[in-house]
Amino acid sequence: MEIELAREGVRGRQQDWRATAVALVGRLTVVAGVVWAVAQPYRLTLLDGYGHDLWDHLAQPPLLIIAVGVLFELAVARPLVRELRGET
Amino acid sequence: MPPAENVHWLFATGILLFGLCMLARALVGEAIWNRVAWRRYLLPAVLFGLGAAMWPVTVFFTNSAIHMIAHATWAELVMIAGIAQLGLAAGRLSSRWWSMTVPVAVAVSGAAFVIHEQNPWLFMRSSFLHHAIGWTLIVGALIPLALTFRPRSTALSAGFAALAISISVMLYADRDLAPIFGHFSPLAGTTSPADEVQP
Repeated sequence: MEIELAREGVRGRQQDWRATAVALVGRLTVVAGVVWAVAQPYRLTLLDGYGHDLWDHLAQPPLLIIAVGVLFELAVARPLVRELRGET
Repeated sequence: MPPAENVHWLFATGILLFGLCMLARALVGEAIWNRVAWRRYLLPAVLFGLGAAMWPVTVFFTNSAIHMIAHATWAELVMIAGIAQLGLAAGRLSSRWWSMTVPVAVAVSGAAFVIHEQNPWLFMRSSFLHHAIGWTLIVGALIPLALTFRPRSTALSAGFAALAISISVMLYADRDLAPIFGHFSPLAGTTSPADEVQP
Protein backbone atom coordinates (compact mmCIF):
# COMPACT_ATOMS: atom_id res chain seq x y z
CA MET A 1 0.00 0.00 0.00
CA GLU A 2 2.74 2.43 0.97
CA ILE A 3 4.77 1.47 -2.11
CA GLU A 4 1.71 2.15 -4.29
CA LEU A 5 1.24 5.56 -2.68
CA ALA A 6 4.93 6.37 -3.14
CA ARG A 7 4.74 5.36 -6.83
CA GLU A 8 1.69 7.58 -7.35
CA GLY A 9 3.53 10.44 -5.69
CA VAL A 10 6.53 10.04 -8.00
CA ARG A 11 4.21 9.77 -11.02
CA GLY A 12 2.40 12.90 -9.92
CA ARG A 13 5.61 14.86 -9.53
CA GLN A 14 6.76 13.71 -13.00
CA GLN A 15 3.46 14.79 -14.57
CA ASP A 16 3.73 18.15 -12.83
CA TRP A 17 7.28 18.64 -14.09
CA ARG A 18 6.18 17.75 -17.63
CA ALA A 19 3.19 20.09 -17.46
CA THR A 20 5.45 22.95 -16.37
CA ALA A 21 7.93 22.22 -19.18
CA VAL A 22 5.18 22.09 -21.84
CA ALA A 23 3.65 25.31 -20.50
CA LEU A 24 7.05 27.02 -20.78
CA VAL A 25 7.73 26.02 -24.42
CA GLY A 26 5.14 28.30 -26.03
CA ARG A 27 5.79 31.20 -23.66
CA LEU A 28 9.56 31.05 -24.20
CA THR A 29 8.95 31.07 -27.95
CA VAL A 30 6.86 34.24 -27.63
CA VAL A 31 9.57 35.81 -25.44
CA ALA A 32 12.21 34.90 -28.06
CA GLY A 33 10.16 36.65 -30.76
CA VAL A 34 9.67 39.76 -28.61
CA VAL A 35 13.39 39.92 -27.71
CA TRP A 36 14.30 39.61 -31.41
CA ALA A 37 11.81 42.36 -32.33
CA VAL A 38 13.34 44.68 -29.72
CA ALA A 39 16.93 43.78 -30.66
CA GLN A 40 16.39 44.19 -34.41
CA PRO A 41 13.37 46.47 -34.93
CA TYR A 42 14.32 46.87 -38.60
CA ARG A 43 13.13 43.27 -39.14
CA LEU A 44 9.58 44.59 -38.56
CA THR A 45 8.32 46.22 -41.73
CA LEU A 46 5.21 47.31 -39.81
CA LEU A 47 7.34 50.06 -38.26
CA ASP A 48 8.32 51.30 -41.71
CA GLY A 49 5.26 51.11 -43.94
CA TYR A 50 6.85 52.54 -47.08
CA GLY A 51 9.13 50.79 -49.53
CA HIS A 52 7.93 47.30 -48.67
CA ASP A 53 5.70 44.97 -50.63
CA LEU A 54 3.00 42.55 -49.49
CA TRP A 55 5.48 39.70 -48.91
CA ASP A 56 7.61 41.86 -46.60
CA HIS A 57 4.55 42.57 -44.48
CA LEU A 58 3.40 38.95 -44.58
CA ALA A 59 6.74 37.47 -43.51
CA GLN A 60 8.23 39.40 -40.59
CA PRO A 61 10.37 36.85 -38.71
CA PRO A 62 9.89 38.12 -35.11
CA LEU A 63 6.12 38.34 -35.61
CA LEU A 64 6.04 34.87 -37.20
CA ILE A 65 7.84 33.44 -34.15
CA ILE A 66 5.40 35.19 -31.79
CA ALA A 67 2.48 33.85 -33.86
CA VAL A 68 3.84 30.27 -33.67
CA GLY A 69 4.34 30.64 -29.90
CA VAL A 70 0.79 31.91 -29.38
CA LEU A 71 -0.72 29.22 -31.65
CA PHE A 72 1.23 26.49 -29.88
CA GLU A 73 0.30 27.85 -26.44
CA LEU A 74 -3.44 28.05 -27.21
CA ALA A 75 -3.92 24.96 -29.38
CA VAL A 76 -1.38 22.50 -27.99
CA ALA A 77 0.18 23.49 -24.66
CA ARG A 78 -2.93 24.52 -22.68
CA PRO A 79 -5.01 21.40 -23.48
CA LEU A 80 -1.97 19.21 -22.78
CA VAL A 81 -1.29 20.91 -19.45
CA ARG A 82 -4.96 20.56 -18.48
CA GLU A 83 -4.80 16.83 -19.25
CA LEU A 84 -1.56 16.36 -17.32
CA ARG A 85 -2.75 18.33 -14.28
CA GLY A 86 -6.09 16.49 -14.38
CA GLU A 87 -4.26 13.21 -13.97
CA THR A 88 -2.24 14.18 -10.94
CA MET B 1 6.71 36.22 -56.54
CA PRO B 2 8.14 36.55 -53.03
CA PRO B 3 11.85 37.14 -52.49
CA ALA B 4 13.74 33.95 -51.55
CA GLU B 5 14.35 35.16 -47.99
CA ASN B 6 10.60 35.51 -47.38
CA VAL B 7 10.08 31.95 -48.61
CA HIS B 8 12.77 30.75 -46.18
CA TRP B 9 11.13 32.59 -43.26
CA LEU B 10 7.70 31.12 -44.04
CA PHE B 11 9.18 27.60 -44.17
CA ALA B 12 11.06 28.36 -40.93
CA THR B 13 7.67 29.08 -39.33
CA GLY B 14 6.26 25.70 -40.36
CA ILE B 15 9.41 23.89 -39.23
CA LEU B 16 9.39 25.77 -35.91
CA LEU B 17 5.78 24.67 -35.30
CA PHE B 18 6.78 21.10 -36.13
CA GLY B 19 9.75 21.32 -33.73
CA LEU B 20 7.68 22.72 -30.85
CA CYS B 21 5.01 20.01 -31.27
CA MET B 22 7.72 17.35 -31.47
CA LEU B 23 9.25 18.73 -28.26
CA ALA B 24 5.86 18.69 -26.50
CA ARG B 25 5.31 15.09 -27.61
CA ALA B 26 8.76 14.14 -26.30
CA LEU B 27 7.98 15.80 -22.95
CA VAL B 28 4.58 14.24 -22.34
CA GLY B 29 5.15 10.89 -24.02
CA GLU B 30 3.33 9.30 -26.95
CA ALA B 31 0.54 7.80 -24.84
CA ILE B 32 -0.73 11.18 -23.61
CA TRP B 33 0.00 12.95 -26.92
CA ASN B 34 -1.99 10.38 -28.92
CA ARG B 35 -4.96 10.46 -26.54
CA VAL B 36 -6.66 13.20 -28.60
CA ALA B 37 -7.30 12.23 -32.24
CA TRP B 38 -6.44 15.53 -33.93
CA ARG B 39 -3.16 15.76 -32.00
CA ARG B 40 -2.17 12.29 -33.26
CA TYR B 41 -2.43 13.57 -36.84
CA LEU B 42 -0.88 17.00 -36.20
CA LEU B 43 2.83 16.19 -36.73
CA PRO B 44 2.27 14.05 -39.87
CA ALA B 45 -0.06 16.74 -41.27
CA VAL B 46 2.50 19.51 -40.70
CA LEU B 47 5.16 17.32 -42.37
CA PHE B 48 2.86 16.65 -45.33
CA GLY B 49 1.99 20.34 -45.55
CA LEU B 50 5.66 21.33 -45.64
CA GLY B 51 6.19 18.90 -48.51
CA ALA B 52 3.13 20.17 -50.39
CA ALA B 53 4.29 23.78 -49.88
CA MET B 54 7.53 22.93 -51.68
CA TRP B 55 5.63 22.51 -54.97
CA PRO B 56 4.97 26.23 -55.55
CA VAL B 57 8.68 26.78 -54.83
CA THR B 58 9.51 24.11 -57.43
CA VAL B 59 7.21 25.69 -59.99
CA PHE B 60 8.02 29.37 -59.50
CA PHE B 61 11.74 29.36 -58.59
CA THR B 62 13.09 27.92 -61.82
CA ASN B 63 16.65 29.27 -61.49
CA SER B 64 18.17 26.13 -62.99
CA ALA B 65 17.45 22.48 -63.68
CA ILE B 66 19.30 21.46 -60.52
CA HIS B 67 17.05 23.79 -58.50
CA MET B 68 13.90 22.28 -59.94
CA ILE B 69 15.11 18.69 -59.49
CA ALA B 70 16.24 19.39 -55.90
CA HIS B 71 12.98 21.13 -54.92
CA ALA B 72 10.76 18.50 -56.60
CA THR B 73 12.60 15.53 -55.06
CA TRP B 74 12.48 17.28 -51.72
CA ALA B 75 8.74 17.96 -52.01
CA GLU B 76 7.98 14.36 -52.98
CA LEU B 77 9.99 12.75 -50.18
CA VAL B 78 8.69 15.05 -47.44
CA MET B 79 5.12 14.41 -48.64
CA ILE B 80 5.77 10.64 -48.68
CA ALA B 81 7.14 10.87 -45.12
CA GLY B 82 4.05 12.82 -44.04
CA ILE B 83 1.68 10.32 -45.70
CA ALA B 84 3.52 7.36 -44.15
CA GLN B 85 3.29 8.97 -40.71
CA LEU B 86 -0.43 9.66 -41.27
CA GLY B 87 -0.88 5.99 -42.21
CA LEU B 88 0.94 4.88 -39.06
CA ALA B 89 -1.05 7.30 -36.88
CA ALA B 90 -4.34 6.08 -38.36
CA GLY B 91 -3.35 2.43 -37.95
CA ARG B 92 -3.56 1.81 -41.71
CA LEU B 93 0.15 1.00 -41.74
CA SER B 94 1.74 -1.16 -39.10
CA SER B 95 5.31 -1.92 -40.15
CA ARG B 96 7.83 0.23 -38.30
CA TRP B 97 9.89 0.35 -41.51
CA TRP B 98 7.49 3.04 -42.77
CA SER B 99 9.15 5.31 -40.20
CA MET B 100 12.30 5.08 -42.33
CA THR B 101 10.64 7.55 -44.72
CA VAL B 102 11.39 10.34 -42.21
CA PRO B 103 15.20 9.94 -42.03
CA VAL B 104 15.26 9.51 -45.81
CA ALA B 105 13.27 12.74 -46.24
CA VAL B 106 15.53 14.59 -43.78
CA ALA B 107 18.72 13.33 -45.45
CA VAL B 108 17.44 14.13 -48.95
CA SER B 109 16.36 17.60 -47.76
CA GLY B 110 19.93 18.13 -46.54
CA ALA B 111 21.39 16.86 -49.81
CA ALA B 112 19.02 19.14 -51.74
CA PHE B 113 20.20 22.16 -49.73
CA VAL B 114 23.88 21.34 -50.38
CA ILE B 115 23.47 20.37 -54.05
CA HIS B 116 21.45 23.38 -55.16
CA GLU B 117 23.80 25.86 -53.45
CA GLN B 118 26.45 26.34 -56.08
CA ASN B 119 28.43 29.10 -54.34
CA PRO B 120 31.10 28.41 -51.68
CA TRP B 121 30.42 28.70 -47.92
CA LEU B 122 31.67 32.28 -47.46
CA PHE B 123 30.20 33.74 -50.68
CA MET B 124 27.46 35.43 -48.64
CA ARG B 125 25.15 34.61 -45.75
CA SER B 126 22.54 32.65 -47.72
CA SER B 127 25.29 30.46 -49.24
CA PHE B 128 26.73 29.76 -45.79
CA LEU B 129 23.32 28.92 -44.39
CA HIS B 130 22.46 26.61 -47.29
CA HIS B 131 25.64 24.63 -46.65
CA ALA B 132 25.19 24.70 -42.85
CA ILE B 133 21.52 23.64 -43.01
CA GLY B 134 22.30 20.94 -45.56
CA TRP B 135 25.05 19.31 -43.52
CA THR B 136 23.07 19.70 -40.28
CA LEU B 137 20.18 17.81 -41.91
CA ILE B 138 22.42 15.12 -43.41
CA VAL B 139 24.10 14.41 -40.06
CA GLY B 140 20.85 15.04 -38.13
CA ALA B 141 19.07 12.36 -40.19
CA LEU B 142 20.76 9.89 -37.87
CA ILE B 143 18.33 10.99 -35.11
CA PRO B 144 15.08 9.99 -36.90
CA LEU B 145 16.94 6.90 -38.15
CA ALA B 146 17.64 5.93 -34.53
CA LEU B 147 14.01 6.78 -33.65
CA THR B 148 12.89 4.11 -36.13
CA PHE B 149 14.51 1.51 -33.91
CA ARG B 150 13.82 3.18 -30.54
CA PRO B 151 10.51 5.01 -31.08
CA ARG B 152 9.84 5.51 -27.36
CA SER B 153 13.16 7.22 -26.63
CA THR B 154 12.52 10.64 -25.02
CA ALA B 155 16.10 11.77 -25.70
CA LEU B 156 15.89 10.94 -29.41
CA SER B 157 12.47 12.63 -29.76
CA ALA B 158 13.80 15.72 -28.00
CA GLY B 159 16.88 15.57 -30.23
CA PHE B 160 14.70 15.50 -33.35
CA ALA B 161 12.76 18.49 -31.99
CA ALA B 162 16.04 20.33 -31.35
CA LEU B 163 17.12 19.55 -34.93
CA ALA B 164 13.90 21.06 -36.33
CA ILE B 165 14.14 24.14 -34.10
CA SER B 166 17.81 24.73 -35.03
CA ILE B 167 16.94 24.45 -38.74
CA SER B 168 14.17 27.04 -38.29
CA VAL B 169 16.59 29.40 -36.49
CA MET B 170 19.07 29.11 -39.37
CA LEU B 171 16.30 29.74 -41.92
CA TYR B 172 15.14 32.83 -40.01
CA ALA B 173 18.74 34.13 -40.09
CA ASP B 174 18.76 33.96 -43.89
CA ARG B 175 18.96 37.16 -45.97
CA ASP B 176 19.21 37.33 -49.76
CA LEU B 177 22.15 39.75 -49.72
CA ALA B 178 24.10 39.92 -46.46
CA PRO B 179 27.66 39.27 -45.29
CA ILE B 180 28.73 36.25 -43.27
CA PHE B 181 31.53 36.60 -40.69
CA GLY B 182 32.67 39.76 -42.52
CA HIS B 183 32.76 38.00 -45.90
CA PHE B 184 30.65 39.22 -48.79
CA SER B 185 31.67 38.27 -52.30
CA PRO B 186 32.00 41.21 -54.69
CA LEU B 187 30.09 39.03 -57.16
CA ALA B 188 27.06 38.82 -54.86
CA GLY B 189 24.28 41.02 -56.17
CA THR B 190 26.13 41.99 -59.33
CA THR B 191 25.02 39.08 -61.51
CA SER B 192 21.49 38.08 -62.38
CA PRO B 193 19.45 37.63 -59.19
CA ALA B 194 18.30 34.33 -60.65
CA ASP B 195 21.86 33.05 -60.45
CA GLU B 196 22.49 33.82 -56.83
CA VAL B 197 19.22 33.99 -54.90
CA GLN B 198 18.21 30.45 -54.18
CA PRO B 199 15.24 29.46 -52.08
